Amino acid sequence: MEKILVCIKRVVDYNVRIRVKPDGTGVVTDGVKMSVNPFDEIAVEEALRLREAGKASEVIVATIGDSESQQQLRTGLAMGADRAILIETAAGVDPLTAAHAFRALVEQENPDLVIMGKQAIDDDCNQTGQMLAAIWDRPQATFASKLEVEGSTARVTREVDAGLETIEVDLPAVVTTDLRLNEPRYVKLPDIMKAKKKPLETLQLADLVSDTGEQIVATHWATPAARSKGVMVSSVDELLGALKDKGLLA
Amino acid sequence: MSKILIVAELDGNSLNSSTRKCVACAAATGADSIDVLILSDQCGAAAAAAAQIAGVNKVLTVEAAHNAAPLAAVLAPQIAAAAPGYTHVFGPSTTFGKDVMPRVAALLGVGQVSDIMSVVSDRSFTRPVYAGNAILSVEVPADKIVVATVRTASWQDAPDGGTAAIEALNVDCAIPGHTRFVELASAASERPDLQTAKKVVSGGRGVGSEENFALIYKLADKLGAGVGASRAAVDAGYVANDMQVGQTGKIIAPELYVAIGISGAIQHLTGIKDAGTIVAINKDPEAPIFEIADIGLVGDLFDIVPELEQKL
Ligand SMILES: Cc1cc2nc3c(=O)[nH]c(=O)nc-3n(C[C@H](O)[C@H](O)[C@H](O)COP(=O)(O)OP(=O)(O)OC[C@H]3O[C@@H](n4cnc5c(N)ncnc54)[C@H](O)[C@@H]3O)c2cc1C
Repeated sequence: MEKILVCIKRVVDYNVRIRVKPDGTGVVTDGVKMSVNPFDEIAVEEALRLREAGKASEVIVATIGDSESQQQLRTGLAMGADRAILIETAAGVDPLTAAHAFRALVEQENPDLVIMGKQAIDDDCNQTGQMLAAIWDRPQATFASKLEVEGSTARVTREVDAGLETIEVDLPAVVTTDLRLNEPRYVKLPDIMKAKKKPLETLQLADLVSDTGEQIVATHWATPAARSKGVMVSSVDELLGALKDKGLLA
Repeated sequence: MSKILIVAELDGNSLNSSTRKCVACAAATGADSIDVLILSDQCGAAAAAAAQIAGVNKVLTVEAAHNAAPLAAVLAPQIAAAAPGYTHVFGPSTTFGKDVMPRVAALLGVGQVSDIMSVVSDRSFTRPVYAGNAILSVEVPADKIVVATVRTASWQDAPDGGTAAIEALNVDCAIPGHTRFVELASAASERPDLQTAKKVVSGGRGVGSEENFALIYKLADKLGAGVGASRAAVDAGYVANDMQVGQTGKIIAPELYVAIGISGAIQHLTGIKDAGTIVAINKDPEAPIFEIADIGLVGDLFDIVPELEQKL
């Protein structure tokens, strides 16, 4: 393979306990730690492993976002990607727009494989990879826990509700990652220094896609109803009693 | 006038119960009609089951050899071809629906509402974001077909009671050959299915090994419960991946959930928020699982679980 394109997203770090803004217009992101979406980090790692195994020659990381997203691209470069592309836009984009933007990028770069996380842990949509595959008219292998590339095909094991499903797809294809695909490497300081010198190109979203119009309008964010406070018991007998009281045991 | 098409999920040739949840959600929108679409190499049994669900008007079948395995790239163009005339297309928010529905939406040129938790109106829904730590209300503009997945844990099974007509549907679209099914490896289990079980017992990293998980199975069997696990337990190889509960595993809503040696990370809690009663057994009194547990017991699971199993 020549090229692998990896799509990543800047999201609130998974360790942050997010808070909904009191006026319901979103969640608080000021002063909150931002990171590469964990599933996308796995996507970068997988692409790097394919390159290190001699199965690909170049790994490109791309994202859609404002200039702050350069930080996450630099993380991808520090992990080992060869170059980065920022598709710049001030506003957040929905998955369909993201898919169209990546489709336009695919047109320019002609990758043999596109890898991205199965979902972003902010909107939890789980859509972009599938949508890209649809409008590109290429195969999709979602929720991958194993990826083997052989010549012009890939064999992908997918984590599905019933167990592990294996499919074979012709390349180019879109693969979305599940957590067990790999464990991403740690970035070392010298890598961060090196990453600063790697090429980072900026494109404008508006130049790549025409406005697809508002698809789904977000109207209100709310804090979920809290579960009512429970009780602590101090023995197995008390536990059994409490379960019986709730009618959960005969 | 709203007309809803539901994409049925099949286990082999039988209807997966997630389809009933989709019917329940569709009914909550006040739909004027609800049709169920079945794509398989053998539609008969699933079609007959779907026809009996109360609220279903018509069952449409597309029976073809290429529909033997649920490949999104193969199914999506057929679903998109069946969609014209409908105002909504719903599928379950299971791995099946999550795989195929966004591909359908993109083919139809619209966005998708993921994981409908509740229906506000026929075009307005709530859905979880940030691993369920915020609930987002969304609205689909009037000129767009609503493509959505239904969060199965938020909905009851639509009951039997219908007598829908079953019709074979001809869909006119090209079937791609670029995606091929190889195999499905599932760990066959005699235990209740995790996603539909009324009771679930889950073990975490605290269980310590694959061998020790026998304790969890024994307790589950006494309770007649399904068995789940945290990601840490799956990653450590104690149990198979399809047992993972949480943001990236299964989202479940049993009447009773017993978490054993599980700390209660937000990604795990996302999967059990809708459980009726949550019991936590953990040796660390500070474990976050106790913040959401209805009944908590602090102690060593290796003492507690055998005693509990024995006293049941
Ligand atoms: C993007 C993302 C998605 C994720 N998705 C999921 C998901 O879907 N599901 C999921 O579960 N996790 C998920 N995780 C992982 C999650 O963050 C936690 O790491 C994981 O849930 C921890 O599992 P655990 O509670 O078993 O392990 P730990 O956090 O290590 O907890 C083990 C617990 O066992 C207790 N313990 C140990 N020994 C004993 C004993 N002898 N008796 C009693 N108690 C004992 C300890 O006190 C501790 O509380 C995800 C993480 C990320 C980043």
